[in-house]
Amino acid sequence: MTDLLLEINDLKTSFYTETGLVTAVNGVSFNVKKGEIVGVVGESGCGKSVMSQTILRLFEEGTVEFEGEINFKGNNLLTLSNKQMNKVRGDQISMIFQDPLSTLNPVHSVGRQISESIVLHQKVSKKVAEQKAIELLQLVGIPSPEKRAKEYPHNLSGGMRQRAMIAVALACRPELLIADEPTTALDVTIQAQILDLMKNLNTELDMGIIFITHDLGVVAELCSRVIVMYLGEVVEEASLEELFSRPLHPYTQGLIKSIPQLDGDRTKPLHTIEGTVPPLTRVPIGCRFATRCQFADEQCRTSSPPVSEYSPTQKVKCWNFEQILAKQEVAADVHVCT
Amino acid sequence: MEVKESTLALSKARKKLKKEQQELLKKRFFSNYSLMIGLVILSILVLLSVVGPFLIGYSPYEMTVNNRLQAPGANHLLGTDNFGRDLLSRIIHGSRSSLGVGVSIALITSVVGLTIGLYSSYYKRLDNILMRICDGLMAIPGILLAIALMAALGPKVENVIIALSIVFTPSVARIVRSAAIVVREQTFIEAMKSQGASSSRIIWLHIAPNVLSPLIVQATFIFADSIIIEAALSFLGAGIPAPAPSWGNILYDGKLVIFNAWWMTVFPGVMIILAVIGLNSLGDGLRDIMDPHYKKIKRKRTRKSEKERAV
Amino acid sequence: MSMFALESSGLEVISNEESKIRKENDVKDTLLEIKNLKKFFPVKRSLLDFKKEKTFVQAVNDVSFKLYKGETYGLVGESGCGKSTTGRTLLKLTEHTNGQALYNGSDIFKSSGKELNKVRQDIQMVFQDPYSSLNPRKRIGKILEEPLVIHNIGHAKERIEMVMGILDKVGLQLEHYYRYPHEFSGGQRQRIGLARALILNPKILIMDEPVSALDVSIQSQVLNLLKKLQTELSLSYLFISHDMSVVRYISDRIGVMYLGNLVEEAPTETLFSNPLHPYTQALLSAVPEPKLGGNQERIILKGEMPSPLNPPSGCVFHTRCPLAEERCKSVIPEKKQMTSDHHVACHLYS
Repeated sequence: MTDLLLEINDLKTSFYTETGLVTAVNGVSFNVKKGEIVGVVGESGCGKSVMSQTILRLFEEGTVEFEGEINFKGNNLLTLSNKQMNKVRGDQISMIFQDPLSTLNPVHSVGRQISESIVLHQKVSKKVAEQKAIELLQLVGIPSPEKRAKEYPHNLSGGMRQRAMIAVALACRPELLIADEPTTALDVTIQAQILDLMKNLNTELDMGIIFITHDLGVVAELCSRVIVMYLGEVVEEASLEELFSRPLHPYTQGLIKSIPQLDGDRTKPLHTIEGTVPPLTRVPIGCRFATRCQFADEQCRTSSPPVSEYSPTQKVKCWNFEQILAKQEVAADVHVCT
Repeated sequence: MEVKESTLALSKARKKLKKEQQELLKKRFFSNYSLMIGLVILSILVLLSVVGPFLIGYSPYEMTVNNRLQAPGANHLLGTDNFGRDLLSRIIHGSRSSLGVGVSIALITSVVGLTIGLYSSYYKRLDNILMRICDGLMAIPGILLAIALMAALGPKVENVIIALSIVFTPSVARIVRSAAIVVREQTFIEAMKSQGASSSRIIWLHIAPNVLSPLIVQATFIFADSIIIEAALSFLGAGIPAPAPSWGNILYDGKLVIFNAWWMTVFPGVMIILAVIGLNSLGDGLRDIMDPHYKKIKRKRTRKSEKERAV
Repeated sequence: MSMFALESSGLEVISNEESKIRKENDVKDTLLEIKNLKKFFPVKRSLLDFKKEKTFVQAVNDVSFKLYKGETYGLVGESGCGKSTTGRTLLKLTEHTNGQALYNGSDIFKSSGKELNKVRQDIQMVFQDPYSSLNPRKRIGKILEEPLVIHNIGHAKERIEMVMGILDKVGLQLEHYYRYPHEFSGGQRQRIGLARALILNPKILIMDEPVSALDVSIQSQVLNLLKKLQTELSLSYLFISHDMSVVRYISDRIGVMYLGNLVEEAPTETLFSNPLHPYTQALLSAVPEPKLGGNQERIILKGEMPSPLNPPSGCVFHTRCPLAEERCKSVIPEKKQMTSDHHVACHLYS
């Protein structure tokens, strides 16, 4: 047995729209190992959420078209029947979302929502399930879980709701957890609590986590490997150390530099990536980032770059990354000399 | 010079944009089947009621006792009624009054309902008063209220319009109000307030345009509804007074001879059904097209994905 | 002609120098002064407990600060701390409960009619949500002209000129004049919102989380633009945000709010190098930093912010404070001046 949990190969997700077929995820490949936290970073519209929804096939029948494979423990999720897929959802793979208020059912108590999924997947009695629900609430750090289990989502505060949401997701001890911006709607002090919780759960339960976020700070805190997406494609994949010490793709570099840092220089203007993400209906030919890239040349504008392996753990989709890297090293040397 | 250049650039941009938008609208327009069906049916009906009377040889009032209750044939295309009047002529003249009553009611209810809805969405106190009145009116079944009002006002075409406007206005006001409340909570209204815009400016220039699409859709449904209720009123003898033709009147006359002369109930009935279907599908189509965020997701299953699933 | 030009430029140099000297002497002109601002929202009572006393949500409780000319005052805090309510109250979007807001020597809260109109011209607001803050049925040109129409400035042609000028200033193109909001991305919409606020030549911009709905790459564009416009148009900003790193980048002075109270106030550098209030310390340490081994010693606060409907007695922070003592539970800490411009409300320093 390998410790590979999820393997995505050349995944393509397209939607039927008024203007024709729109490809939101275009040729994405990566894998997740057991017990590993993989961060997926990108701006809105980069396809990171669509990708995660594709893994669980959370789309209405007939509105979407898939290509490629998603191998989860040797099964291709895209070819499973709906019935088989239902067994996977919530049991082996579960998902938490950004907005816990709209994902928890307001008319059922928190405890019931957790035990429901346990009863559904594990065929235990209701009593046992309820007991398990209370244990789960305790696990995610909710104080006085017996009392809270009887309460309804609107009685809980934002952070508590997100904890309850995580408890629902953990109900069947999934092997893979997909977290779609779970801390974006929370305040920093609460976010710190939740990130802490997720780290602990990861080591305790040994489950793989795909953590989707736009916040590189959160990624630095939590993940061991990072995938950077832009306009439906993976532009860079790297270990956390590599990503922050030596980002290769100009987009990753720009993204890291454009965040105001707590010890940065306040008098200098912030680094910016010029322009905006083009809409999916007008994707550039060639490299998709070429329209905003300061290093773009003729080749970038005409043909799509291949994925190059820079180190065993770092891959980049760029024509010129070697030259860019060389230039930056020279610049850094000059900087040191002066 | 610079000023001129920029204005020139602006007008150029405007022209280009108009073209783009027109094309998009055209595309949406023609890909919107229910809108197209509604428009075709309605324009046929309108054309019939405008031009029809000049093409028909018979007057809707001309009685020829010898020709009573003739079946559809070469002389009278749709047959004659129990007074020997030409049915085709009566139906065509009737479409004038039925459509006319419908249009007037739709217009009046829209204007009054819009005003009531907007103001009650904006002022809380007014809301309590106006909405309770509307609730009261809506609690009485529409047709019953219409009959009562007609009994009080007397049988006249104008009174039909007044009575049905009173019946339908509360529902319009409700719809406008609920849409307006959503708009009122948007930040751009707050932005206008922070700029110092007056209440009436906010109500009419910023909230009103945003509730027009549900209003127009509702208006088409009321158009359809009022044709039905007008017909029902006339059928009950409380609508448009006797010799004047309306679809409801003709039905009423036909009721007495329904076993001998099917054509007297079928043809006006078909007309009513056609008009209502036309208006409803027009309303559905308009609703789709008026949404600025409108994006139609086609549900199409390709063979490929089907195959994949089958494996 | 050239003489005149020379002379005028000479004048400018002098005035520039003058302003420099002023800055050095630290004599700052107060533009807006908020004194003891309180905002309580009454809570609807049910018909059954009519005997009970009226209860209030204490959204803003006794907040005072000054906004100097040409500076950016950052107001930070978590959601529900009352920072947005403070901003909205200043424009009379909600009625204040108590206190004063002095602008040009007169109280904004007492102004009405023409006076209020003048205030609403000089103080403008930029909103958080770039999607709902623009009327979806209006073209950009009309949206930007609206403030001019309301305040009766210029005639049709002049207005168009002004709109085009402002579009250019915020980095949009002329052909955007006839577009609708939904055709723009979040960042562009925020620029439009900014343009709408700027078209009346305001003195103060109140910005309620203006970049928190934007992607990072777009956020940095907008922040740079804000800084550029500030010097170009000599604007003063009241910058409301929950994001410490953004506030640090843009503000000169920062006030930290917790549960309706201003707990600490200091110049940016001081606040970040020497945060005094335990809440500020926790807030700073909770910010996830985008680099390796960012924040090591993290203070993770227990629990969550209590409800402003029923704030804790004494120091409002004592329920979560790792350093809370007995007296924190009963005695409200006074605002203490630590250095000339560093204030903190905490018993640790009294």
